[in-house]
Amino acid sequence: MRFIVNGQAVDVECDVRTSLLDLLRDHLHLSGTKKGCNQGACGACTVLVEGDRINSCLAFAVQYEGREITTIEGLGTATALHPLQRAFVEHDGFQCGYCTPGQICSAVGMLNELGRGVPSHVTPILTEQQCALTHDELRERMSGNLCRCGGYNGIVEAIAEFHAEAP
Amino acid sequence: MTPFTYARAASVPDALQRAAIAGTKFLGGGTNLVDLMRETVERPTALVDVSGLGAAIVESDDGGLHIAAAARNTAIAEHRAVRERYPMLSRAILAGASAQIRNMATLGGNLLQRTRCTYFFDDEGSRCNKRTPGQGCDAIGGFNRNHAILGASEACIATHPSDMAVALAALDAVVHVSGIGGERMLSINELHRLPGDRPDVETELAPGKLITGVDLPAGSLYARSTYRKVRDRSSYAFALVSVAAALEVSGGVVRDVRIALGGVAPKPWRAWKAEMALRGGPASEEAFLAAIDAELRDAKPLSHNGFKIELARRMVVAVLNELSGVAA
Repeated sequence: MRFIVNGQAVDVECDVRTSLLDLLRDHLHLSGTKKGCNQGACGACTVLVEGDRINSCLAFAVQYEGREITTIEGLGTATALHPLQRAFVEHDGFQCGYCTPGQICSAVGMLNELGRGVPSHVTPILTEQQCALTHDELRERMSGNLCRCGGYNGIVEAIAEFHAEAP
Repeated sequence: MTPFTYARAASVPDALQRAAIAGTKFLGGGTNLVDLMRETVERPTALVDVSGLGAAIVESDDGGLHIAAAARNTAIAEHRAVRERYPMLSRAILAGASAQIRNMATLGGNLLQRTRCTYFFDDEGSRCNKRTPGQGCDAIGGFNRNHAILGASEACIATHPSDMAVALAALDAVVHVSGIGGERMLSINELHRLPGDRPDVETELAPGKLITGVDLPAGSLYARSTYRKVRDRSSYAFALVSVAAALEVSGGVVRDVRIALGGVAPKPWRAWKAEMALRGGPASEEAFLAAIDAELRDAKPLSHNGFKIELARRMVVAVLNELSGVAA
C-alpha cells in the first residue's frame, strides 16, 4: 500500500486489519500520533487527511491508501516549531503532553473548517457565512480532544492566540 | 479481530455483486464498524468499501434535496441548502459525535450504525439478545439509565444512537435502497424495526442491500425547524433525549407540524400521536403539553430512566414554544 505521509510517498506492506494509527506508529515509526482510548473517544490520535481532521484509530489504513496524511511530525520539528506548537508552550497548553499532538492537529483542522464557514453546535445563526471564533465556539469545536490533565484553559488560549495572529 | 478481505467498490453494481457473498459487510467511514470489529461484536469475513461511491448533494426535480449515501456528516451539515431549508438536519448532525468523527462518517453508515448499549459492546461479559439471539438481556435488570422508554420489548431495551436520523425521521426522508433485483424506496420511518423478539434484525434491509441516498421533501415547513439535545455533558455525548421539530403557525393555529424524538426508543421515534393532536388546533403551551402527553402515554420507564419521560415532555414543549415564537 502506498500513502503520502507528511509530503513523502511511502510504501508499506501490512495486514488489512491494521488501523491507520498503528500504521503510523508501528510501521512508519511516527510515534507523535498517540493511542489514547483506541475507540474514538479521546482524540489523541487525530491526524489530517488532505486538511480534514480524523481519528486515525477508527480507520483501517487501507481505507486511506493513496491519500495525503499529515501528522504532528509534518507540522513542526524540534528545531522549527509550528507557530501553534510555540503558542502551546507559551500558554502552558499541556502538562503531561500526551494529548498535545492530537490537540494541535485537531486545531489546525478546526481552523480549516472555520475558514470555509462550517457551523458548529453553538453557532447561533446557521445561515451566516462566517462565524467568529468565540470562547464557546472554540471549546465546542475542540470537544473531540480530551485532556486528562485538565489543561483546557491553556489549550484554548494558545489556539485563540494563534488564530488571532494568523495572517 | 477476525481476518477479513477488503475491496473498494468501483460502482453500485460492483458493490452489490461483491456483497452477494455471505459474511460481507459494507464499509462507510468505519467510525462504528471498526470499533465493533475490534471488540469482536462484528465479525465480517469481507468488507466492501462504499465510501468512494456517490457523495453529491443536489436539488431534486420536485424542489427537494437528494443526498447521496457516501456524503460525510460534515458535508451535509455545512451545505448551504441544508442550513437554509432544513436547519434541524444541520443542527442534528452538529449535535452528534465530534468534528473528527463527523468528517469520517457517512450518511448511509449513520443510518445503519449500531446501538451504544454498553451490554451490547461487552462481548465477553454480558448477555445480549441483539448480539447473540436468545441469550438474554443484562441491560433490563442492569444500569439502564440510557435506555428506551418507548418501543422496547422484553428482549431488548437499547436505543438508536443517531442524531441525524431523528431529523430525517421528522423530515419523512425517503431512503433509496439498491439490490441485485433493482432499486426500491421506503420512508426512513419504515427503515428501522422495533425489536420485538428479534432485536438482532434492526432494519427492513435484506442482506446485500445497499443504501444509496435519501430524498428530503420540498416545502417551506422545514425552514422553521430545529433540533434540541440533552446529554450528560455539553458536547460529544449521546442523547439522553433529543427533539427534532418543524412547526408552521398562522393566526394562532398549527397549520403543520413534525416531531421526532431521539434517545428514547430503539428507532428514531416519530411522534405521530402528538402531531395529530396538534394539527389544526391552537398553538399554545397547553396544547403542546397535551400533545406530548398523548405521545408519552405508552412510555414505560425502567428502573433508572424514568426521568426521560418528564425530560421529553419539557423539551418538546420548549422546542414548540421556541418555533411558535411564544418564548425564546
